[in-house]
Amino acid sequence: MAKTILKAENLKKHYYIEQGIVDKILRRDKKKVRAVDGVNFDIERNKSMAVVGESGCGKTTLGKVVMRILEPTGGKMIMDGTDIADIGGGDELKAYRRKTQMIYQDPFSSIDPRFTVFDALEEPLLIHNSGKDIEDRKKMIKEALKDVKLTPPEKFIDRYPHMLSGGQKQRVSVARALMLDPSFIVADEPTSMLDVSVRAEILNLLKDLMNEHDLSFLYITHDISTSRFFSDYIAVMYLGKFVEKGKVGTVLDDPLHPYSKALLKAVPEPKPELVNEFKELPLKGEVPDATNLPSGCRFHPRCPYSEEICEEKKPQLREVDNREVACHIC
Amino acid sequence: MARSESTRDLESEGLDFWNGSKETVLRVENLTTHYFTRKGEVNALDDVSFELKKGEALGVAGESGCGKSTLAFSLINQVQPPGRIVDGNIQIDGIDVASLDEEQTRNQVRWKKISYIFQGAMDILTPVYTVGHQMSEPLKYHRGVEGEEAREICNEYLESVNLDPSIYDRYPHELSGGQKQRVIIATALLLGPDVLIADEPTTSLDVVVEAQIMNLLKKLRKETGISMIFITHDLNILSEVCEKLNIMYAGKIAEIGESKNIFNDPKHPYTEKLLASIPKLHKDVEKLERIPGAPPDLVNPPSGCRFHPRCPYSENICEDKVPELREVAGRRVACHFAGELT
Repeated sequence: MAKTILKAENLKKHYYIEQGIVDKILRRDKKKVRAVDGVNFDIERNKSMAVVGESGCGKTTLGKVVMRILEPTGGKMIMDGTDIADIGGGDELKAYRRKTQMIYQDPFSSIDPRFTVFDALEEPLLIHNSGKDIEDRKKMIKEALKDVKLTPPEKFIDRYPHMLSGGQKQRVSVARALMLDPSFIVADEPTSMLDVSVRAEILNLLKDLMNEHDLSFLYITHDISTSRFFSDYIAVMYLGKFVEKGKVGTVLDDPLHPYSKALLKAVPEPKPELVNEFKELPLKGEVPDATNLPSGCRFHPRCPYSEEICEEKKPQLREVDNREVACHIC
Repeated sequence: MARSESTRDLESEGLDFWNGSKETVLRVENLTTHYFTRKGEVNALDDVSFELKKGEALGVAGESGCGKSTLAFSLINQVQPPGRIVDGNIQIDGIDVASLDEEQTRNQVRWKKISYIFQGAMDILTPVYTVGHQMSEPLKYHRGVEGEEAREICNEYLESVNLDPSIYDRYPHELSGGQKQRVIIATALLLGPDVLIADEPTTSLDVVVEAQIMNLLKKLRKETGISMIFITHDLNILSEVCEKLNIMYAGKIAEIGESKNIFNDPKHPYTEKLLASIPKLHKDVEKLERIPGAPPDLVNPPSGCRFHPRCPYSENICEDKVPELREVAGRRVACHFAGELT
């Protein structure tokens, strides 16, 4: 039985929208966006879970809540017996941040242009008082650069970001995430800004590091085909909720939820024989207004299979065919 | 997979778009574009020749910096200084675009003969004017059509891209990304061009919207017989919309031909590697293929075949001699060993 490294229960994050003066005087209720609305998951040791969905489905918010960059509105996140959602700021949070790190989407802006590679990688060590002296830290930084295959490290350690290519920059951000020897990493679209062949390079690297350093990943992406390669589990998110969750192969090869079906169908595949065909997506209309969610199943206005019950009752995730699906019909 | 059940086959509906006339709409010969920078001359586009037939869709793919966007800019004669077309010609409807000056290109070519949708095109809509105001601008400039008449024409095109005509009076911020992109496509078609160039038309859009836009472009191609050039680094998209493919490397054509052939049996080592580096949705792989090294500096491109320093099959001849594009297995390939490698 694999060890669970992070367990999230009913995790929520709601944003309130600022009201205008008229709404304030009339004491209208504040509108809220349920960016993450009751999400449950377990991430096992040395496994990766992908979260996929369209923009605005709440996947980035979920990543930020897990990192505690954002305060969750409700729910629990349990790591090593402590509820991370409940801890205050200060030392407890600092200890948590030591164990979890984040890799951002855009290596061009996530590294300070005035920091050399050394400065960028030294910063987390300084904040967490790691390393005895500068020589010791330099040694650790060189090790990390070797880990991300920026070799020889002497060649890269004094460079500024503008002297690096996109792929090299993303390697530096991976190295930075590894500096404190974390056990869990949130990777938010780590390859979406990169070229195909560089993308393959970074994904290979992340997968190797995952095994070498015994890491667990929450992999947030809209590029679903990469999740097949990089992840063990996948969760499809729609308007703040998981609609389908399971082993990556099971879900991708035979999606059950109507939304997962439509989403996967939309993913382009190398099939030149389709050039003469229209791709008909089993999907109507556009993503609804996030402040005014549809009743019942949030997907029902767009769902081609929707019935009366979908409008009235919220579907819960239930076990169907070796995965969990939130749908009344399938 | 349920794909084949619900995707409609156009052939069976009698909508066969490629069996139309096979006349050539656009002919590009020896096109060479350089950027004259302080570091030296950048060979961004080197001796590129191809033809585009009526109603055909050509996909141009390659890594960043391979010259795909420079090709698009060259085709509409809009290479920004310090860049310049140094050689070659671009024939469309009896006009050599490369020899025209800015004024002539604007009057004769852009929007009338060749329209273009650039990367992030939906962001070019100004927030301060209505969609209609911006959309009718080419009509006003090129045809002197204004007011109600312009509105009528625009509405017709808005409908053809599945948008409600009421969008004409709306402002860009009221529209979603997909809607804005469709407005741009409608505008690009207003003057009835022969060729539409789309440079990364869906990069900033979600997969679902992307699939809708691609469907729309297929539909327009079928209805109007317009030829299209798609430029993107996403080979998967190209496979679904283009029947011809042009793989570029370091400013040169590496392989060009029917996309069916190229996808199923690539002949150039670069194409082979590029295709293998794409993660697969329905196949488990242990490791993704990658191309070692980085694209070359185009100020001093490698001698001989520009791909030789990164090529696993490279031999002495690759270093010495520039490979010619030659016919191999029904497509043209620029590799000394094309057809011999397995």
